[in-house]
Amino acid sequence: MKPGSVAIVGAAETTELGEIPHMSQLELHCDAALNALADAGLQPSDIDGLATAGESPVAVAHLLGITPTYVDSTSVGGCSFMLHVRHAAAAICEELCTTVLVTHGESGRSQVGRAPFQGGGGLGAQFELPFGILGPPTLFTLPALRYMKTYGVTEEQLAMVAVVQREWAAKNPRASCRDPISVQDVLDSRMIAYPFRKLMCCLITDGGGALILTRAERVREFPRKPVYLLGSGESVESPMVSQMEDFTTSKAFRVSARMAFDEAGVEPSDVDHLMIYDAFAHLPLYGLEDLGFCGRGEAARFIWERHTAPSGKLPLNTNGGGLSYMHSGMYGMYALQESVRQLRGTAAAQVPEARISVAHGVGGMFASSGTIILGNEAP
Amino acid sequence: MTGERRRFLPQPTPETQPFWDGAKQGELRLQRCQECANVIFPPRSFCPRCTGRKLSWFRASGRGTVYSYVIHHRPVPGFTPPYSIAVVQLEEGPRMMTNIVNCPQTPEAIELDMPVEVVFTRISEELSLPLFQPVAARR
Repeated sequence: MKPGSVAIVGAAETTELGEIPHMSQLELHCDAALNALADAGLQPSDIDGLATAGESPVAVAHLLGITPTYVDSTSVGGCSFMLHVRHAAAAICEELCTTVLVTHGESGRSQVGRAPFQGGGGLGAQFELPFGILGPPTLFTLPALRYMKTYGVTEEQLAMVAVVQREWAAKNPRASCRDPISVQDVLDSRMIAYPFRKLMCCLITDGGGALILTRAERVREFPRKPVYLLGSGESVESPMVSQMEDFTTSKAFRVSARMAFDEAGVEPSDVDHLMIYDAFAHLPLYGLEDLGFCGRGEAARFIWERHTAPSGKLPLNTNGGGLSYMHSGMYGMYALQESVRQLRGTAAAQVPEARISVAHGVGGMFASSGTIILGNEAP
Repeated sequence: MTGERRRFLPQPTPETQPFWDGAKQGELRLQRCQECANVIFPPRSFCPRCTGRKLSWFRASGRGTVYSYVIHHRPVPGFTPPYSIAVVQLEEGPRMMTNIVNCPQTPEAIELDMPVEVVFTRISEELSLPLFQPVAARR
């Protein structure tokens, strides 16, 4: 794809975020979709491509009254929406459709109208789940001690990731948690899975979001400031975190990010604003290094020295992130939404003159990755 | 629903059955590729390095080192918190998930790169799990 040939012309989250017990998961998809359609000044009949994860695109299309000629149900975890954006751009360029709606909705907290978790099949059910596994806090966290020992990262430095993101959340009225916290508060919070305390783990909330993409030639038809897709990447590594090649770096992150930066023709030093999916406090450390923003083992110190904090040189997770803004389970959509808001100039904690933003997602437990590079000027 | 939930039991497949048969007999079994000598885990019917389909099972040494871990503090059926969930680097090359047992479940007692050896724990009529203990725990 030529950088800038496809644009995001509609973007919105669900009307409410946080605890939404009066809406089913499918309705959260639709609420977000209707808000994004209104944002773009479109009707469901204007949409001819649909992508979603967590629910069937058939169910979402039918409820909204959409008859698509392009459907993407890629479901590789929380970064699926990054992959949807990437695939949508390819589909639009290939003229499989003209206007793609990407939806996400998740009743992560209230569990309304949500299929029960099956426990998963595959080799993980034989060679991981029998060892006392209780979801992501016992799996996603496993590589961290190896990373910390390799680079001499302290528990205080890990805690600092959560502290800085809370500073961003404090600026955001829609963030679930806004009260300031200290490194000591994080270390004193309840131990979940050593070395991870509660405040190093993401929230579990309800919400959704939706995006609308079309050819960049059409941007003048839409009321909002367009956001252009400059580059994208995706990859997968292992469905079992225990089988990850190297516990100090994610292969999927590196492959996905390299493709995105090469396609966009930009380097990390060109980036004004960054979102790194933070299901747990160690993920921004891996992301900063694997995307090339920091050298190996330098990310914890980079955050400690406040370079990613408000008024730092690399604003990171400016909505407060999965740790403080919201995390419904598949957080990637919210990272994309914040990138779009920053480039439109409408973010709650607006980065002055943000022109290029990167939204980097992870899926499963370092299983998959998607990277989206956006800009607010046609290249 | 009342009563204690049962601990999670693995369900062997044709490709993994020899591993679980070995565990039941107190043997840690891995696969080796007949073509390229690659040691393979988790079990499958082919070699991911050379695509060879001729694999043989062998008894691994049962020795390894602690690659990484967490100490879980929340209740899970069949487990008493806090308990470690670890990934062990096996002497033969592959890594596997396990629990480090027969030592205090503390960061002080479980050190990265510490030598460990396999011990088996029976969890049902048919199934035993390979767990690991510090080599020092034997003495």
